[in-house]
Amino acid sequence: MSTPQQTEPATDPSTAEDAIDLRREYEESGVAAILDELDRDLIGLKPVKKRIREIAALLLVERARKQLGLAHEMLTLHMSFTGNPGTGKTTVALRMADLLHRLGYVRRGQLVTVTRDDLVGQYIGHTAPKTKEVLKKAIGGVLFIDEAYYLYRPENERDYGQEAIEILLQVMENQREDLVVILAGYADRMERFFTSNPGFRSRIAHHVEFPDYADPELVGIAEQMLERQNYRLSESGREALTRYIGRRRQQPHFANGRSIRNALDRARMRQANRLFERGGTLSSEELSTIEAEDILASRVFTMQVAGSEDET
Amino acid sequence: MRITQGTFSYLPDLSDAQITAQVQYCLNQGWAVSIEFTDDPHPRNTYWEMWENPMFDVADAKAVMDELAKAREAVGDRYIRLSGFDASHGWETIRLSFIVNRPADEPGLHITRENGPGRTIRYTTRAYAADRPSGRRYA
Amino acid sequence: MDTTAQTVRGKDRYKAGVLEYRKMGYWEPDYEPKDTDIIACFRVSPQDGVDPIEASAAVAGESSTATWTVVWTDRLTACEKYRGKCYRVDPVPNAEGQYFAYIAYDLDLFEPGSIANLTASIIGNVFGFKPLKALRLEDMRLPVAYLKTFRGPATGIVVERERLDKFGRPLLGATVKPKLGLSGRNYGRVVYEALKGGLDFTKDDENINSQPFMHWRDRFLYCMEAVNKAEAETGEVKGTYLNVTAATMEDMYERAELAKELGSVIIMIDLVIGYTAIQSMANWARRNDMILHLHRAGHGTYTRQKTHGVSFRVIAKWMRLAGVDHIHAGTVVGKLEGDPATTRGYYDICREVYNPLQLEHGIFFDQDWASLNKVMPVASGGIHAGQMHQLLQHLGEDVVLQFGGGTIGHPMGIAAGASANRVALEAMILARNEGRDYVNEGPDILQDAARTCQPLQQALDVWKDVTFDYTSTDTPDFVPTATAAE
Repeated sequence: MSTPQQTEPATDPSTAEDAIDLRREYEESGVAAILDELDRDLIGLKPVKKRIREIAALLLVERARKQLGLAHEMLTLHMSFTGNPGTGKTTVALRMADLLHRLGYVRRGQLVTVTRDDLVGQYIGHTAPKTKEVLKKAIGGVLFIDEAYYLYRPENERDYGQEAIEILLQVMENQREDLVVILAGYADRMERFFTSNPGFRSRIAHHVEFPDYADPELVGIAEQMLERQNYRLSESGREALTRYIGRRRQQPHFANGRSIRNALDRARMRQANRLFERGGTLSSEELSTIEAEDILASRVFTMQVAGSEDET
Repeated sequence: MRITQGTFSYLPDLSDAQITAQVQYCLNQGWAVSIEFTDDPHPRNTYWEMWENPMFDVADAKAVMDELAKAREAVGDRYIRLSGFDASHGWETIRLSFIVNRPADEPGLHITRENGPGRTIRYTTRAYAADRPSGRRYA
Repeated sequence: MDTTAQTVRGKDRYKAGVLEYRKMGYWEPDYEPKDTDIIACFRVSPQDGVDPIEASAAVAGESSTATWTVVWTDRLTACEKYRGKCYRVDPVPNAEGQYFAYIAYDLDLFEPGSIANLTASIIGNVFGFKPLKALRLEDMRLPVAYLKTFRGPATGIVVERERLDKFGRPLLGATVKPKLGLSGRNYGRVVYEALKGGLDFTKDDENINSQPFMHWRDRFLYCMEAVNKAEAETGEVKGTYLNVTAATMEDMYERAELAKELGSVIIMIDLVIGYTAIQSMANWARRNDMILHLHRAGHGTYTRQKTHGVSFRVIAKWMRLAGVDHIHAGTVVGKLEGDPATTRGYYDICREVYNPLQLEHGIFFDQDWASLNKVMPVASGGIHAGQMHQLLQHLGEDVVLQFGGGTIGHPMGIAAGASANRVALEAMILARNEGRDYVNEGPDILQDAARTCQPLQQALDVWKDVTFDYTSTDTPDFVPTATAAE
């Protein structure tokens, strides 16, 4: 078995039977395309992208080692994705499922997204069949459990969540070749969950933290969303949105990208009303421009205190 | 005697790898796979016992094979069949069905004839195994 | 070709005398067919010197309201509604002197639910019309409103499979041979061996009725003994198409009743009994939960020649309306006529819920089947186990493959022949479902399967070189882009 150091300069390692061209594998497996797409489509998320690249490199190398007979163990690939709502966890999970599939770590690559309600039953004998049915759907792909910590309710000793936890732990241990589990949720709650359920922590190989988006990133996300619908922000609109984000962040239920999407939906509504009331003929330019007033009419600018229920 | 119901009964019994490939074919078509078992192989015994509900929205054959393993453990002395069900309009029926487990010994079916007028005969077919109570037929 | 509209209107239209058909309102190039119109596409070959538009208008006229001269009694009717309207005439690509004429007919011209009435109009007098050298009905678009006046196949593919408990593969059959001369007792022997060996069906031939060598009752009784015994031997549902074709409806009903009394799942009729008799037998089959097999005996007299007659795709459409469950529709690779693309068109007509216009398969119209049951096509004539991959490729899964000679002619006997066919079929389905390139690997797949099935090996050896590779007489005429009316 030759290592890179031992390879004679005269022989081309790519032609030797026990050599593998990682760069080519990277391109041909489609991993390169997925990572490039991730870079291109997702604004910000630098640390996440870095972690995903690291994981991809590990998977690629492990696959190469397997092909050369250097590795036999099945890697543990279960992950936790922690971060606030709207920080791109589900989107990245989709790409991760694709990545794992391209590299042959899961057979089909489907992403099955569930919450406690999908796994835990209402009465005795209900939980195990529910959890098992979800697992059947996830076999061959990735099971994404959002707000996984709700499975564990220490205040209720008889909570059926415990049954689901036990089944999950068993599957995560014994069926590693069949599916990958991603637990997702707020970082602090997840940390508490792991503390009370060390079985989960020990079975999670990769922890990925999703930071909140910075204000300029959220503006970028807004512009990307608008562009897909053939809208754009005017100069003053852009400035208004920046101010909006600054204020919105201070208020409750802030959900990063999701809050931006909701804000834009409402801005489009106001734009439509504004144009309708003005009447007359409209240019395509006018029909596709969001102005400052469409954003500044939001209650975000009039609300003083945190604690309001709805996000208008 | 070998009961030859199902799509692949004239081939040597399928290996688990072969069964997996057929199950994956069904799943790839968007069909739900179900497991059923019986100890009465009469050709018109339509309703075999269901081993749980049909498996909807499953992506990978392994999920079905895991269930099949459990079924074999519990009722491996009987006939077990897998079916792929297509719910799309114009079909809404089984599209593939094959036996994946048989009793070690298959005594088969016997036939009785009852004479009628004008040389007509009324035929009755009955599984030999059905002479014993259900659940104890192939033990 | 002068395609301008020249319809004479007002009082001049009904002056006594002779008027060109195109002037009488049978050529309406601006007419847009209604969703409820029946549309026919004819291949018109006018006599030398006859204008193709006038010839096509004449076809429209003669197949609807016209006669050779103007009649004043037209004025007592809403005659413009009742006229068949030719609205489009295209030269046939690469066939000089032939034209595709599209004619629309108002729904009120037809009695609901009657093939006899439909055909009396569309192919009634007009095929003998002197100004035409030849005329062929190529295709018809049947509006949903008209379809709904028919009940369609009594059983249909889905229910047939559920009743037989057979899924995921073509069904297998064989026609008992020799066609003529076997006594009832010997005939039943062939049925028993073939069914026990692995076929799903056996079949009476089209001309097995009640002859000196075998009375029909004898045949039915011995065949049902064979069917029941084979069911007990295999644990499978089996059937034999008992041909009830006879001289009169009374005779056919009598025979069908005995088949029912004996527990047969299927009966058979021949196309030559006529459309009305077919519809009657379809009603009987529906009442009695019986699968109805149709042998297309006689169709070759009018379907095969490209310039004159009725295309088989039209017959297939009529038979789906009339309500048969099985119809012989060609083998592509066997001994009887069958261009692959044209045959594909027939199969689609039998089996699909919707046929899109597809000139390369000879389908001239979009056809919505309005959830009418599907007809199971039957491939019969000169096919054998060695062609299994080609048969599956060309004909698909919902078809009865009939290996008559390929079963009964097996050197080790009928049951061995049946087993060889069944093993070949199951091996091919298994391989296809596994994602193998079964068309190209077909011979290898069969060889592999033969390793555990000696009868298959023998079948492959005996018939390995048998092919029927002749040029088809009935192929679609089309150019990849549709020709516009000129």
